[in-house]
Amino acid sequence: MKKDNILEVNDLKVSFKTHSGEVQAVRGVSFDLKKGETLAIVGESGSGKSVTTKALMGLLPQPHGFVKEGSILFDDKDITKLKEKNMQAIRGKEMAMIFQDPMTSLNPTMKVGTQIMEGLLKHQNLGKEEAKIKAIELMNLVQIPNPESRMKQYPHQFSGGMRQRVVIAMALACNPRVLIADEPTTALDVTIQAQILELMKDIQKKVDTSIIFITHDLGVVANVADRVAVMYAGKIVEIGTVDEVFYNPKHPYTWGLLGSMPTLESDEEELFAIPGTPPDLIAPPKGDAFAARNKFALEIDFVEQPPMFKVSDTHYAATWLLHEDAPKVEPPESVKKRIESMDHSEEATR
Amino acid sequence: MENRKKELDKNLFRPADRTEEQSDVIARKSTTLLQDAVRSLRKNVFFMISLFLLLVIVLMSIFAPVASDYTYKEQDLNRSLMGPRIPVLEDISFLGLDGTQTKTFNGNNVQAAEMKANLQFDNQEEFITFETVSEGDGSPNSAEVKATYDKYAAKGVEDEYFYFGTDRLGRDVWTRVWDGTRVSLLIAFAAAIIDLVIGVAYGGIAAYYGGRVDNYMMRFLEVIIGIPNLVVVILMILILDPGIWAIIIALTITGWTSMARIVRGEVLKLKGHEFVLAARTLGAPNRKIIARHLVPNVMGLIIVNTMFSIPSAIFFEAFLSFIGLGLPSPAASLGTLINDGFKTLLTTPSLLVFPAVLISVLMIVFNILGDGLRDAFDPKMRK
Amino acid sequence: MAYTLFSIGDYYQIMANFATTNLGGAHVARFIGQRIIYMIITLFLIATISFVLMKLLPGSPLANADKLTEAQQEVIFEKYGLNDPIPVQYVNYLGGLVQGDLGISFKYDNRPVSDILSDRIGPSAQLGIQALIIGTVAGILLGLVSAIYHNGITDYLSTIIAVLGTSIPSFVFAGLLQFFVAVKWGILPVATWNGFEYSILPTIALAIFPMATCARFMRTEMIEVLNEDYITTARAKGLAGSAIIFKHGIRNALIPLITILGPLAVGLLTGTLVIEQIFSVPGIGEQFVTSVTSNDFPIIMGTTMFFAVVFIVMILIIDILYGLIDPRIRLSGKD
Ligand SMILES: Nc1ncnc2c1ncn2[C@@H]1O[C@H](COP(=O)(O)OP(=O)(O)OP(=O)(O)O)[C@@H](O)[C@H]1O
Ligand SMILES: [Mg+2]
Repeated sequence: MKKDNILEVNDLKVSFKTHSGEVQAVRGVSFDLKKGETLAIVGESGSGKSVTTKALMGLLPQPHGFVKEGSILFDDKDITKLKEKNMQAIRGKEMAMIFQDPMTSLNPTMKVGTQIMEGLLKHQNLGKEEAKIKAIELMNLVQIPNPESRMKQYPHQFSGGMRQRVVIAMALACNPRVLIADEPTTALDVTIQAQILELMKDIQKKVDTSIIFITHDLGVVANVADRVAVMYAGKIVEIGTVDEVFYNPKHPYTWGLLGSMPTLESDEEELFAIPGTPPDLIAPPKGDAFAARNKFALEIDFVEQPPMFKVSDTHYAATWLLHEDAPKVEPPESVKKRIESMDHSEEATR
Repeated sequence: MENRKKELDKNLFRPADRTEEQSDVIARKSTTLLQDAVRSLRKNVFFMISLFLLLVIVLMSIFAPVASDYTYKEQDLNRSLMGPRIPVLEDISFLGLDGTQTKTFNGNNVQAAEMKANLQFDNQEEFITFETVSEGDGSPNSAEVKATYDKYAAKGVEDEYFYFGTDRLGRDVWTRVWDGTRVSLLIAFAAAIIDLVIGVAYGGIAAYYGGRVDNYMMRFLEVIIGIPNLVVVILMILILDPGIWAIIIALTITGWTSMARIVRGEVLKLKGHEFVLAARTLGAPNRKIIARHLVPNVMGLIIVNTMFSIPSAIFFEAFLSFIGLGLPSPAASLGTLINDGFKTLLTTPSLLVFPAVLISVLMIVFNILGDGLRDAFDPKMRK
Repeated sequence: MAYTLFSIGDYYQIMANFATTNLGGAHVARFIGQRIIYMIITLFLIATISFVLMKLLPGSPLANADKLTEAQQEVIFEKYGLNDPIPVQYVNYLGGLVQGDLGISFKYDNRPVSDILSDRIGPSAQLGIQALIIGTVAGILLGLVSAIYHNGITDYLSTIIAVLGTSIPSFVFAGLLQFFVAVKWGILPVATWNGFEYSILPTIALAIFPMATCARFMRTEMIEVLNEDYITTARAKGLAGSAIIFKHGIRNALIPLITILGPLAVGLLTGTLVIEQIFSVPGIGEQFVTSVTSNDFPIIMGTTMFFAVVFIVMILIIDILYGLIDPRIRLSGKD
């Protein structure tokens, strides 16, 4: 493992056994996570973002979900090989997770305080009273007013935003070194979203954890992430720093994503939509999974899967367009314009 | 990486032009709900076995009494409580279907035990064969003999075959059991169909018209639901003349409510759906909307609910007969047969066994059919 | 499903709607108030129907009417107000009911029906309570094991038990138990009522249906709960499997079980009618069946009325209980 890496994922493949066949949800994903950084994962629905992170946490639905190949190195240990018992010691303590829907991710019949304290009691050898004090501290940290009385309430007495704060407090309970947030703001309305994002940024400064942040919202990515990985059909198609991926995107799918992001100035027609639907993961196509929907597809895309081409030390993309023999293709005009306008609005906010 | 680059044909690096055809392949075939349901039912082994068993039972209940040499009410005290005797199977001794009755008797000595056997078996010594199990030493009940009594010979009816034996009044149990099964099924089907008609009409009307109509109809329904159905059934049976119709009416008077509720709920849900709204704005008449859109969508629920109300009715009929509120003698239903069977449980358990097995099989079969249909029609309800 | 007043699914649905839609303390109070009003209307209806029936039924209410002289009959009629105009009798009847007077059995030396019932309630209550406890506890365990070892052999076995238990009528089980356990093997006594061991077989016969129903219900509930997001949250905290099942799973799966306890308890009460008859238990059910055979209408009506009250009150209590136990309903009014 590299020195400043906290997590290294190598060629991870995850499948589900279903009645109609084996769903290859994740088909060889590699990336690493550095200490203290925020890595965003974006990609359309079903691209395998959640499955990847569930595999990291050892939370794949048993028994039909399983890691088929690859390794996940954490502290020089391959955690895919760990026994459930040992994984339990990591979960919640070293790695914690925030889920998408705060409405369903809290137990409706257990007091909020108890739910926050559970992790503390399990991992930190605290007494009940100490755990309570710590829980109140955590609730203060995530800015829940009146934590003492709120502790004794049930989740349904909390609003959606408040519940998500509780979920975040639960995840932070044992100062995890890796925090995975799977669309933590999707289920919330816009103003609450902004508050939660601010909160997470604040907290990251205070507690210094590495964050994997899954989202559909490229605006959020620009706002919170250091690096970004773009996933499509179970693979990472482009990865790099936010600036690299946003201002110098190389993969046509990334173009599509950026192009389909609405901005304040843009008209509807200008949106560069990606036609078609993602491939069937039970029988993925032989070549590039995106080829069928790709305006810029080359013949080779239907024959062979592209390797990761290096753009810079930190920027890689899996598209044959980067091959030396490939014709030089520029992103479509509309996408270029979008990127430019993003540039301006970024500058305006800075 | 380096050597692979060389292998690749440069020709491959020209823009491809097959985006369209490829994306077409992606679209999956869609099937209708009904086709899906039938397909998943075909694959359900338990469902198919149950369906087959049900068919056999229904056919037997119709044809066995007709084909039988006896009728369900033909009495002959001379041949009461004969044992089961079935041609061919009577030769396989361990089945015990040869019409003989075997029992062990104890006494101080062998004679005393044999005396007891004689008393029990109509004093027909020449038709009893004895087998001494233990000689005994004179102490009370130390001797044991096994006596086998050939009642068919004793009564001079060696030519007759009562497959399931006869009851206390000498009636043929085989005929009565199948006759009773038919009566029970008839009651259950009739009750289920009446429930269905009333329930669908009531629920459909309430939901379709909505508003005040719906409100009043639901208030009335809630009062009816609140009345315990055992209470209603008992009260109804008391005023009506006992018989099949009394039981059917008693069962339906509260039975339709669950169907009404389910249909109302489903129709209300569908009413808001776009395809119904669209049909409405296009000016389709109500009748057509109901027939085209609502009925097919509610069908699954109705079938499932009916399938579950049948065993419930079978049970309730048996229950009523059991507590003395069922069919009057000599009519037979599974309930009355079981009730009679209990009276001779200690001496002739077979009288209870046959109807009890039949009712159990029927109940199991209907429940499995109901479960299967529910799973097939509503994968969401599959649990 | 067999014995129950409403289908259990129905009932559960009502409660589920109640739980999800009517959040708010005021709603709970209104719900209970509404329930009580319905209960009173229902009881009033049943009482009225019973009264009309009594008046319609043929024959003299007196058991040995032919042996009595005109004058003697007259005295009795006078004494019990049978000569009053019908509306007066009706009002008196309703008034009596409110005070717990269920009428008089003329066949049992003019004893009040309520006395006869109170003599016999002991064994019925004992059987019912024993069966309810055994049935639900065994059913819950069976269902949990089934859900936890989902799709394993244990699951299939207990599913089979559940299908048989919900399908095969209790009187068939009663016959089997009586014939084999009591008569053939002589393990346990039957046919009298003389202490705890006499209650074992009838209790088992009665308990099988609630056991099977609870097992099925528990299994589906538990499987559903174990698929909930908050279970994943609990796993993500690093809790052990057993802690997740006990602290997060069972509690959430158990709460909805309360909704079927009402129908189950009612079913048990109905079940005692046949089971008491089969095992000669001197309870209300056996009395009822005897009265049906001897056409003792006052007892039939009185018992029916009694059943109605018990059924309806039981359902009401369980509704309220559900509201009290589920925090989503219980506390929703406070803030
Ligand atoms: N339990 C499961 N059984 C079978 N297939 C599954 C299961 N969970 C996920 N999948 C499949 O894995 C693929 C990836 O799903 P995943 O949930 O990771 O998508 P996602 O990128 O998180 O999408 P979203 O943005 O909608 O959350 C999908 O095709 C999905 O159908
Ligand atoms: Mg996801």
